Amino acid sequence: MITIKNVKKIFSTKQGDVTAVTDVNLEIQEGEIFGVIGYSGAGKSTLIRMLNGLEIPTDGSVTVANKQVSHIKGSELRTARQKIGMIFQHFNLLWSRTGRENISFPLEIAGVSKANRIKKVDELIKLVGLQGREDAYPSQLSGGQKQRVGIARALANDPKVLLCDEATSALDPQTTDSILDLLVDINERLGLTIVLITHEMHVIRKICHRVAVMEDGEIVEKGSVLEVFKNPQQPITKRFVQQVTEPEKTKETIGQLLGVYTSGQVVQLSFVGQGAEQPLITNLIRNFGITVNILQGEISQTQNGSYGTLLIHIDGVESEIAKAIDYIHSQQVGVEVISHD
Amino acid sequence: MINQWFPNVDWEKMWVATRETLYMTGISTLATFILGIILGLLLFLTAKGNMWENYLVNKGISAIVNIFRSIPFIILIVLLIPFTKLLFGTMIGENAALPALIIGSAPFYARMVEIGLREIDKGVLEAAKSMGAKTSTIIWKVLIPESLPALVSGITVTAISLVGFTAMAGVIGAGGLGNLAFLDGFQRNRFDVTLMATIIVLIIVFILQFIGDIITNKIDKR
Repeated sequence: MITIKNVKKIFSTKQGDVTAVTDVNLEIQEGEIFGVIGYSGAGKSTLIRMLNGLEIPTDGSVTVANKQVSHIKGSELRTARQKIGMIFQHFNLLWSRTGRENISFPLEIAGVSKANRIKKVDELIKLVGLQGREDAYPSQLSGGQKQRVGIARALANDPKVLLCDEATSALDPQTTDSILDLLVDINERLGLTIVLITHEMHVIRKICHRVAVMEDGEIVEKGSVLEVFKNPQQPITKRFVQQVTEPEKTKETIGQLLGVYTSGQVVQLSFVGQGAEQPLITNLIRNFGITVNILQGEISQTQNGSYGTLLIHIDGVESEIAKAIDYIHSQQVGVEVISHD
Repeated sequence: MINQWFPNVDWEKMWVATRETLYMTGISTLATFILGIILGLLLFLTAKGNMWENYLVNKGISAIVNIFRSIPFIILIVLLIPFTKLLFGTMIGENAALPALIIGSAPFYARMVEIGLREIDKGVLEAAKSMGAKTSTIIWKVLIPESLPALVSGITVTAISLVGFTAMAGVIGAGGLGNLAFLDGFQRNRFDVTLMATIIVLIIVFILQFIGDIITNKIDKR
C-alpha cells in the first residue's frame, strides 16, 4: 500500500542544511497498522508529511496507493490527497464550523452534492460515536470529542490510508485508550491502512502490528511489535520498550528484594506471545520440590499477542531449583537469574 | 425647547449633511472592506512560507501600503486633487471625497486583515491542504471564515475613523457634517451648529461600534 524508497529530506535554513530524514526504506502492507516511534526531532513528523505530499522528499520516492505522491503536483496531488486522510495532535478543526460542518468540509472539497454530503456525514457521526454532539462547535467539545470529529473528517472521502500525527499526545490516558480503540475498530471494519507516529510506546503496544523506531532521521530498527518487544536491539528501542514493560521503580525494587531473599534464586521471566497463556507457575510447583513466591509482574497486550515480565523468587534444594529453571527454558519463556551482587 | 438651545440650526440642512456623511462613510467603508481584504490576502499569501510566496510582490505591496498609510489624510486629499478631477471632473461634493477616503483607509485596513489572517492556526491550513483543498477553497472556506471576527472588528474601527476622515474632507468642500460644522458653525460663529454636528457624529460612531460589537460576538465561536 505504501512504499518509501531511499527517502531523504534536507531543509535548508540560514544556519545551513539540516537533514531531517536519511535513507528511509519502508514497505507498509494494506490493512496494516504501522507505527513509527521516536523522540521529538527524530524526523518522524517529516516522514509522515511526505506520505501526503505536505513535504516533498529531497531524494527518493514515496508511493501511496499506487500514486507516486513524491513526484506529482497540482490537481493530481490534490486528488491523491483526498484518498489519504490525516489526523493531528491538536485536531486542527475549523472553529467557525460545527462538528457536522467540519466533517462535511473534505466532501465539499471533493465536490460531493449536498444531499450525499448530509448522508455521508450522518454515517460518519455514527461510525465515530459522536451522536448528540455533532452540532456543537469545536470550542464546546472535549479533546476526545474533537479528535472524533477529526477522525470522521479524515475518513469522509473513504481514504485508503489514514495518517495519524501524534493523534493522542494531547489527550489524557483514558481518552487516548478510547481513541485507540476507535482506530482499531476502523482498521478492522474498513480494512484501512493506518500509519501513526508517536513518542509513546503505549500507543504502539496497544494497536500497532508493526513498528519502526526512528532516531536522528534514520530508521534504526523495525519489525513486528511483538518481536521488537521481545528482542529490542538498539539502546533507544530498549528504552522505549522499558516505558511500558518496566516501571521506573523496578530496578530499585530488585535491589531491595535481593537484600531480603538471601537463599534461593530471584528469577525474571519474560513471556512472549503464547508463553504468557500457559499455567507455568502451577507446573513449577507441582513438578518440582520448590516454593515459588511472586514478587512483581506485568503482562501487556499487543496486537499480535501478549508480552510481559514476572519476577519470582524460587526457594528449595539447589538441584531442584536448577531443574525448575531448565524446565522454564523448555517452555519458550525467557529466564534471567538475578544474582546476589 | 430644542430650538431654544440650538437657535441657529437649520434642521433641513443638518439632515442633508447627515445623509452626506452617511453616504461617504458607507461607500468608502464598503470599498475599503473589499480592497483591504484583497490587499490583506495578497500580503498574507505572498509572505514567506505561504501558498503564493513571492518576495518581490510582498515587499512591493507592503511598501505601497506603508506609504499611503503614512501620508496624513488632509495632505492625501490635496495630493489626490488631480486624480479626483480626472475621475469626477470636480473636486467639490461627496463623490469627490471618495478616492481620498478609500485610498487613505484601505492600506490601514489591509494591515489589520493581514494580522487577522496570521492569527489563524497554521495547523488548520495544513489540515485543509492535506484534504486536497485548492488555494481558492482555502481562501473562501478557511482564511476568510476563520478570521471573520478580526475582519469585522477591524472594519468597525476603520469605519469609525472614516467618519472622522469625512469631516476632514468636508472642510475642503466635500459636504457632510464636517463641512456644515466648519462653514455654518465655525466661520459664521454659530457654536450651536458645530455642537449639533458633533452630537450627530458621536451618535453615528456609537451606532457603528454597537453594530460591530454585536456582529463580532455573534460570529465568534471560539
